[in-house]
This record gives sequence, C-alpha cells and structure tokens, in this order.
Amino acid sequence: MTQYILRRVLIAIPTILVISFVIFAILALAPGDPLAQFALNPAIPESTRERIRASLGLDQPWPVRYVKWVSSVSRGDWGISFNTKAPVLDLVWQRLPQTLQVVGLAYLIAILLAIPIGIISAVKQYSFFDQIGTIFSFIGFSVPSFFTGLVLILLFAVNLKWFPIVYKTVDGSGWAGFGEQIRQMFLPVTVLVVQQTAALTRFMRSSMLDNLSLDYVRTARAKGLKDQTVVLRHVLSNSLIPVVTLVALGIPTIFAGAIVTENLFRVNGLGALLITSIQNSDTPVVMALTFIFAILTVIFNLIADIMYGLLDPRVRFS
Amino acid sequence: MTHKRLWTWLVLMVTAATLLAACGGAPAQTPPTAAPAAAATEAPAAATEAPAAATEAPAAATEAPAAAATEAPAAATAGGKLTILYWQSVTILNPHLASGTKDFDGATVILEPLAHRNDKDELVPALAEEIPTVENGGIAADGTSITWKLKQGVKWSDGSDFTADDVIFTWQYCADEATACTTSSYFTPVKSVEAIDPYTVKVTWNAPSANPYLTFVSYNGLILQKAQFEKCVGAASISDAACQAANLAPIGTNAYKLKDFKPGDTVLYDKNPEYRDAANTFFDEVEIKGGGDAASAAQAVCQTGEVDYSWNLQVPAAVLSPILESGQCDAVTASSSGIERIVVNFANPDPALGDKRSEPDQPHPFLTDPAVRQAINIAIDRKAIATNLYGPTGEATCNTVMAPAQVVSPNTKCDRDVEAAKKLLDDAGYVLNGSVREKNGIPLVVSFQTSINTLRQGEQAIIKSNLAEIGIQVNIKAIDAGVFFGGDTGNPDTLNKFYADLQMYTNSPSDTDPQGYFEGWTCAKVNSSANQWQGGNDGRYCSAEYDALFEQFSKELDPAKRNELAIALNDQIVKDNGIIPLINRFTPNAKAKTLDGPVGTTFDSGLWNIHTWKRVP
Amino acid sequence: MSEANQAMDTPAKANLTTQAQQLTTGVAVKPRTLVGDAWRRFRKHRLAMAGVIILVFFTLAVSLGSVPYQSYLVGQLATSGMPVPQENPDLRVLIDHLDFLNLLVAPNSVHLLGTDDLGRDLLARSLYGGRVSLLVGLVAMLISIVLGTVIGAVAGFFGGTIDQVLMRITDLFLSLPAVPLILLTVYLFRDPVIKAMGSPEAGIFIIVVVVVGGLAWMQTARIVRATFLSLKEKEFVEAATCLGVGKVAIMFKHILPNALGPIIVAATLGVGNAIITESTLSFLGVGFPPDTPTWGRLVTDGSQYLSVAPWLALVPGALIFLTVLSINFLGDGLRDALDPRSRL
Repeated sequence: MTQYILRRVLIAIPTILVISFVIFAILALAPGDPLAQFALNPAIPESTRERIRASLGLDQPWPVRYVKWVSSVSRGDWGISFNTKAPVLDLVWQRLPQTLQVVGLAYLIAILLAIPIGIISAVKQYSFFDQIGTIFSFIGFSVPSFFTGLVLILLFAVNLKWFPIVYKTVDGSGWAGFGEQIRQMFLPVTVLVVQQTAALTRFMRSSMLDNLSLDYVRTARAKGLKDQTVVLRHVLSNSLIPVVTLVALGIPTIFAGAIVTENLFRVNGLGALLITSIQNSDTPVVMALTFIFAILTVIFNLIADIMYGLLDPRVRFS
Repeated sequence: MTHKRLWTWLVLMVTAATLLAACGGAPAQTPPTAAPAAAATEAPAAATEAPAAATEAPAAATEAPAAAATEAPAAATAGGKLTILYWQSVTILNPHLASGTKDFDGATVILEPLAHRNDKDELVPALAEEIPTVENGGIAADGTSITWKLKQGVKWSDGSDFTADDVIFTWQYCADEATACTTSSYFTPVKSVEAIDPYTVKVTWNAPSANPYLTFVSYNGLILQKAQFEKCVGAASISDAACQAANLAPIGTNAYKLKDFKPGDTVLYDKNPEYRDAANTFFDEVEIKGGGDAASAAQAVCQTGEVDYSWNLQVPAAVLSPILESGQCDAVTASSSGIERIVVNFANPDPALGDKRSEPDQPHPFLTDPAVRQAINIAIDRKAIATNLYGPTGEATCNTVMAPAQVVSPNTKCDRDVEAAKKLLDDAGYVLNGSVREKNGIPLVVSFQTSINTLRQGEQAIIKSNLAEIGIQVNIKAIDAGVFFGGDTGNPDTLNKFYADLQMYTNSPSDTDPQGYFEGWTCAKVNSSANQWQGGNDGRYCSAEYDALFEQFSKELDPAKRNELAIALNDQIVKDNGIIPLINRFTPNAKAKTLDGPVGTTFDSGLWNIHTWKRVP
Repeated sequence: MSEANQAMDTPAKANLTTQAQQLTTGVAVKPRTLVGDAWRRFRKHRLAMAGVIILVFFTLAVSLGSVPYQSYLVGQLATSGMPVPQENPDLRVLIDHLDFLNLLVAPNSVHLLGTDDLGRDLLARSLYGGRVSLLVGLVAMLISIVLGTVIGAVAGFFGGTIDQVLMRITDLFLSLPAVPLILLTVYLFRDPVIKAMGSPEAGIFIIVVVVVGGLAWMQTARIVRATFLSLKEKEFVEAATCLGVGKVAIMFKHILPNALGPIIVAATLGVGNAIITESTLSFLGVGFPPDTPTWGRLVTDGSQYLSVAPWLALVPGALIFLTVLSINFLGDGLRDALDPRSRL
C-alpha cells in the first residue's frame, strides 16, 4: 500500500507539469484580449495598447512565457494580475474564505441531505417519498442555477425583503455580524444545495438499489436480522463506497467556486474571480486558479482511489 | 397506481411554480411603453455649482449651516455610510493604469484633477484655482501653451502639501512610455510642464493645440502624489512591490481617503480629515461594491433599498421601467454615453476571396451602391428599437455625435419610410426574386454581426425583420465581446477585421473635442492587412469630400469654427450612410431618492462631485 | 413491485446461465433472447413507458407538430386582426415574426404560450428550438456516456499502466478551464468542420455536440472504473474467464450490465446538462446563431423577465425538466429490464 501511494505521488508530479503546459497553451492560444474594454476608445490607440501588452509581458511568444511561468511558480511567485497589477496569490487568499464559507457549507449540507434521502428513496422504492424526491432532484438539475437564483431573489429578497441581494464582505464580529452573515449566505447556499443534493441523491439511491438486491442482503434477512439493521449496517456501508468516492472527487470543485451563483449574489469567491478573469483575459489569474484546481483534482483522485481500496477489500492495488 | 399520483404532483408543482413566480414583482404585463419623462428631470442642486468656483469653498462652507438652520427639522444628520454598487468591480485605484471605466470611478473618490467636467460638459475647477481662458490670459493666443493656477493650502491625506511638483510629476509618470499608462494619449501631445511658482504650472504643447483642456482634466487627468509614486516611473510601475501596493492605495486630495480595498470586490473609503472642506463632507464612509448583473443592481437601489447608488443600468426597457417606477429611486442620465450604430462594410467580405477578404481594394458588390445604404437606413425602425428595447436608456438618433451640445447637428433626418426604401431599390434595379431582391444574379443577402448582449440581439431581431420587409435577407451572428472588441489580429471575428457586411456597436468621442473620433472615417485610417487592421476605420469608408473637410477641421483653432466643421463632418458621413446611427444611449445610473448629489456626466466620472453628495430625508 | 425482492439468482449464476444458453443454443426448450426478455420486462415498467411516451410526443411535436400549429397561429392572427407575416409562412418565419402591439402577452387563445419581449410567439419558438435542443441533448449525452463508459471500463478492467494513463488523462480533462477551451476549440475547428460538413448548421451542430459531450465524460469514466475495479474480482468474472470468454466480451457482456445503475444516472444527468450547456455556448457566441431559440437559450433570455412575464422562462424550463424526467424513468426501466438479476 505504501509503495502504491509513493508510486502514485511520483506519477503525479509529471502529470501536474503536463496539465500546466496544456492549460497554459490553451489560455495563450484562446482568443481574447485583456484590453478589449478599450478597443473603441480613440484616446487609447493601438500603440498605447501595444505598450501596455508589452509591459505585461505579452509581447513574448507563449512557450517562452510558459518557461518563465514555471520557473517563477517554482520559486513561489505566481505572477501579477493584469487587472490589479498586483500579485495573483494575494487575490486568491482574499477570495478563499468566502468560497469556503458559501460553497463548502452548501456541499456539506448537500451531503447530509442527500444520503438519508437516497437511502429512504431506495428502501421505499417507488413510494410517495421516492417520487417526490425524484421530482425535486430533477428540478434541481434540469433548471440552471441562475434560474433558481433569480426566482429566490425575486421571492425572498425583492418581494419579502427577508434576505439581501448584495453579499457584503463583512467582518463578522459579534452576534449581529454573525446573524448578518447567515442572512446573506442563506440564498446562495440554498441555490447550491438544491443543485448538489439532486445529483448526490440520485447516485446514493442507485447505489443502494444495486446492493439491496444482492445475496448477502437476503442472507442477512434470512438470519432473522431486523430490516433496519440490515439496511443500516450491511447495505449502507457497501453502498456508500461509490458515493464516498464521488464526494471526495467533488471536493476540488468547492475550490473552483460556484461561478454562476457567486456572480449572481455578488459573493466575492474564487468562482466569481475566475469568471471575471476569464472575461477580461486576465490570464495569470485564470492560470493560477485552474492550476491550483488541477493539483487538487489530482490529489483528491489519489485519495479517492486509496479510500476505495480501504473501504472495499475486494479492490487490489497492483 | 404510483404513477398517477406522480403526475398529479407534477402538475401541481408546475402550477405552483408558475404562481409563485407570477406573484413576484409588479403586476404582470406592464406594457413597456416609453418611460415616464420623470427620469429626465434631475436634482438641480449640484448643477448650481457654476464655473465661478473661486468662491466655491467659502460658499459651500456657509451653505451647510444655513441649510441646517432653516430646515433643521427635516435635514438628515451627516454621517453614516454611502453604498455604491457597480456590476463591474474596481480592480486598481491608480487611474493611469486603469483597465476599465470602473477603475477611473474608484480613483475619482480619492484623487482629483485640476478641473472636472460637469453635467453640462463645462469645466469646474478642482485643484485649479480658476479655469484658464484666452481672456484671463491662461491660454496663449497662438495655442502653444496653457497656464493653470493651483489652489493654495491643499493637503494630501497624509498631511503633506499639494504643489506644482505633483502636477509635473504626473505628466512625467505617464510621459514615460515604459510606465504604459492607459491615459498616455492625454500626455503625449505635451512638450513640457513647468512650475512658474509652486502654485502655477505651464503646459506647453508640441504643436499649437485646439484643445487646451486635454491634459489634467476629468478622470483622465487625476493628479498622483509625487512622494508616493516617485520611484514608480517606468517598468517599476507594476513590477516593484512597493509600487504595486501604491497602485492599490493611492494618497489623494479629495474628500475621502482609502480605508480598505479588496480588488475586484469592495473599496471602502472614509473621511479625509485633511480635505480643504472636511467640515462639510457628509458621509463617514463610502463603499463601492462590485459584481453581479445590472438588473439586480437596479433592484438593490429601487426595490430592496440596500444601496444608495448604482452604476450603468444596461437593462432591457421591459425590465427596467417597472423597477424605476417603484418610486424609491431616480434615474441619473447624461446627455449621451455613446451612439449605437451600424457600420457598413464598403469592402467585400466574401470568404471566397481568401486573403483579399474585406481588403479596401475589393469593393462590396452592393453596399457601395448609395441607394442600398439609404434603403437600409430608412427601412430601420429606430423608434421601435428605442421604445421597446431601450426605454429610459436610449433614444433614436440620426447623428454620430450627441455631446457636447455645440457639435450636435440639427440638419439630419432619418425617418422610417418603407415604401420609399422599396422604391429606391426598385429604381436602382434590385428586383424581388421570391422574398429576396437581386441584381445581376447577386442577391441582397447580408451578414450582420455584433457582440453578445441581450439588447443587441433584440436589435438584431428587429433590424432583420425590418430589412426582410424591403427584400434584404439578414444572417445574424453574435460574437463574444472579448473577441469582437479584442485586438487579436489572428482572429477573424474582430470588429477591426470586419469579415461581415454590417456590424453594430456603440462608440462616441472620448473628449469634448471630437477630432480623434472624426479622424476614424478618413481614408488614411482605412483598416487593411497592411496596417494589421488597426487603422480605426473599420467600415473602409473613404470619401475625398470628407477628407477635405477633416483636413480643414484639424487645422482650425477657433472654437466656433471648429464646431461648425464638426457638424459638417457629421452631416457628410450621415449623408453618405458611411455609418447608420441608431440610438443615442444614456446608460443611466440609479440613485435612491434619499441621496442628493449625483448628476449625469458624459465626459467625466459619474462620481466627479462625490464630495457634495449627501443624504436628504 | 420492489425489484429488490425480485432477485432470484446470484450474479455469477445469472451470467453462467446466459453463458450456458449461448453454448447450447437451439437445445433449450424455448429460445428466450436477451432482447426479448428485456423488452418484456421494460413494458411492465409503467413509469418507463410514460417516459417513452413523453419523449415520443415531444419528438413528434417538434417535427410534425409545427405544421398544424403554423396554420393555427396564422389563422388566429388573421381573425384577431393582428399583422400576419407573409404568405405561407413556415415555422422559421413565424419565430422571427415581431409584433410590437403584443409584447410580453400572457398565454391566450392566439399565442397559446404567450409572447416574448419582441412579441414573438413562444410556442412557435419552443417548437423550433426543441428540434435543436432534443437532438443536442441526446447526442451529446450519448457521446459523453459512450466515451466515459469505454474509458472507465478499459481503465478499471485492465488496470496497471493503462489505468494510470487513462486516469491521468481524465485528471487533465477535469482540470481544464472550460470557457477558454471551448473558445479555442471552436476558433480552431469551426471553419474546417463547416467546410467538411458542407453546411453551417450541420457543422455547428457537430461542434456543439462534440464540445458538450467531450467535456462531460469524466465523471462517468470515474464511476464506471470504480465499479469495474470492484466487479472484476468477483466470482462470475473468474468463472467466465475459466470458460475461455474473451476479455472484451467479459467487459461489455458480463461486467457492464452490473454497472448500468450509475451509468444510467449519469446519462440522465447528461441530457439536462447538455441542453443547458448548449445555451452557455450560445452565450459565448460559439454555439448556434442567436436567432436559434433553443430551450436553454429561451430559459436564459426569459429569466430576465421573471418579474413581468414569468412564463417566458417557466415554459422552456418545464420542457427541459419533463425531458430529463422522462429520460430518467426510461433509464430506470432500462436498468430493470437489462439487469440480469431481475426477473419481472
């Protein structure tokens, strides 16, 4: 096992390098211009824009820029953002807490909701509860999150005025600050929970159904065990295996933020940063965010694989 | 029977959802008719601040106690926080390195130029004592220099004195090409800036200038503190760590100073105790929050009341009108924030031409025919576009310039007349074949591109239907804004390359003097592969008459004659249908009724007079 | 009714039985084919049949339904004195027909589903857009599921270096920034593909489904691989190997049916996702032209008018919802029908 982990970690390093190269190439070659906002301004002629591009280092061919990027990142310098003209990493650190609060909390709630709903839906397949659960989860992923978000804003913010539209980066001190924080987090978290619970519930239900029909369940029942014990002890632990992998694989996506939802509610998280940086062709920021995401993906895939081996004794690592 | 129950639920769900959403907001179906004219009337308060500003400070000082005395019971107490919402976020506070309008606005709260431009496009002294004119001897009669007298006793927020050195330094900072200032074109015509005494600066031009107020005016001319940026000239401006920090936290002279800045999210300012009129600064704190979309920004001012002021409401009329009608807010509009126009391609964009595509030596098969261009012009239903899509945010126009008022042409007309358009095409020999006209086997099928934007796609739909009526088929294309407006010479979808027959976007002069804007239609500026499509004349319009007029205009120094010539230039291009102007856009800001102070401006930041903003009951 | 109680045979036995049937074809009393069995079981799954009916109805509506609706709408417009587009308008003309006197009109007898901000008929637009959306949703889903299943199956079954390589490619795809990647792909391949396909519509369709499908297979691959990792160690696989069954046959005939559950969930999620992602592509300007009213686009455009004209977003939203729901039931039915363990 140790040897397996060691080998996987060693493979991860070239993998991450290759990924960084591909991402860099895509960002460098994809169309877009950090100065597009000024395209029509007669006061900012092409010569000025050319000079600004040069000051940002964009006048060099992209393979050269890539080599420079790798060497500076290995020294811990992630470059400067085209928009703020300040270090990229400062931006990332500034945005991380909001994303962890909103997206992370939503993910946690989604998991806590999805597992019991999935279990009940599977045990009582085609029951009333199952049908309602099914319908809700399909609303969850056939309706885009901006739609859910807009409906919630209209209902709870504009009409009822229970929650604010504008998420403020408050320094939540004391109970008042905490209460305000909960209030402004409520709508974005709800939107994300609706979306994430949906998919997880479906996978949980399906995994439970697969296990419920297996021999060992019948054996356990034949032994005279109570239904509850069978489901919670035997079936659940086996059904959780694929779901746990899925959950582990979903963790990096927390750090990618929730692009649409963050933008809609003005949560200044990593997702909002990513999309504005993409829109403004702020490549150093996009590069940093996607690369950090890539590293997390590789790490959590490794964790998922290891967990899979630990949870399921049949899986052998070779 | 489970599935029966399921269907019942399903139907219930859908109905419930419909009802829930339907009861949200205004009673359904508010016909999006023209917005009430109320939006146009402004709070007159700030307009009274006439250019006679030598007395500005004492006047303001006496004004506040007087007001407090007379209307004491009604007056709101000073203090509190002013909340401003932008749907783009401020990312840097050094205006000379700005990457968008929002950055200039964020900087304007801290920094000041020598003079601002108000809602009537007039100059208002800020750091200058008075506005130099030929009459008061501030402007050299031969147009070679301008001399500014500075206010004395002005202090930076760190307590040091503001002097002529800071003004000179700001020019030096941006005159250095390696600094790569966004505003550099406002400094390059300057030959030198000298201090005559610590409170007088003389700006000498490279060549006699018809536009003496180019430099150190409005948000393009905000003055940096020499002490803070001294070491940041050249490449160090963005590579040096101390300069990076300075760019995010400039020291200024305005009523507010920076308290906290989260780039791309929130800027928090507080009162500047060193401000020359600090006693009358109303708010304790000012916050500019960024992000989100324009529609909910409008809702936040007008419906939920979370913020006091919200910037640039580019929202379809049908959505905006009910929001504005809620009664909690006013729209603040400028006389013009740009002219939405269709550019006609005079060159042939046929892909079959390969490298010769859209090159100026390949004349367009039918758009070079004045009859076709005129038919398109008068077939378009500008009124429908203005009322149904823009509402309070735009009005139909036939002109290429709508501000400042003295260069707006009264001579143009572009009323819709479908029958006349058909007749024009008939007479020119374009005959209907099915639903599309053709001549010499060439059908009138045009490709029509623009950027992705709900409003623009609505315009495209209307224009497509208008032109179908006169037998011209339109194929619509919408391009990502970053690509369409981008300067990537490798990309075929940029507006500069213009590989289509018609394209639509908004543009306007960047300054009260429209010379740079009008230069964009001269033959010398025609885009081609030779100049990497960077000339600026994307339609490849080229007319000897227009060029001759422009030549005359660029040499003229007399303001009155220049205005006449600007109008003549406008009339020429409109007559030729070189571009087809559609809409004069206002892109209004919204302010809460309890906020007093914001006025619409065309050539300065909307926050230019933020030091006078106050809350009213 | 519960399928859980229907399990009669062990998986190993089931597979052995199938195997035995194949070996002794013709000897059995009554040849019962896999497909026949499956169909018999599928028909008994009522929700699945309902799903099929809805999907067939939608398909017919968007393909043939436009003809009666065209004449209905034109007739209604004429009788109520509203402007009628040119003679014999087809759906393409009707969806562009503007009517400024009837903006944002609620559903009524003329405009059965109301009109949008330019007075265009929403039902006509939904019918026209449905053609594109249904096709894109299904084809893109198929691409992602097939890709994901094959990659996941091969990686999980063979393990070792193959697994490593395939999974690292999956990592790569998971971490690519979608928006710039899409812009780049379209920028590089749009013109060649359009040229190769001969028509812009077909070319854009190919690009859209390949981009949408090609960016959505990773999760399926991970799930299928996980299932394969676990199942390949089971007894029935050993048994099949002993009987000399080829590797490909073991993978796709014996193990795959046991992994159908999660694949079907992924497929159902895939359709809705594809329909919505398609609208994102239009927003980036790389999908269908802006005057093609796909369902995803109608929802996005309509959301702006939620407060004044909620039906604009709710109608296309409900259409996507019903499609996804039907496909889910269809998938449930398929799983039950193909599950070697269930004997309905």
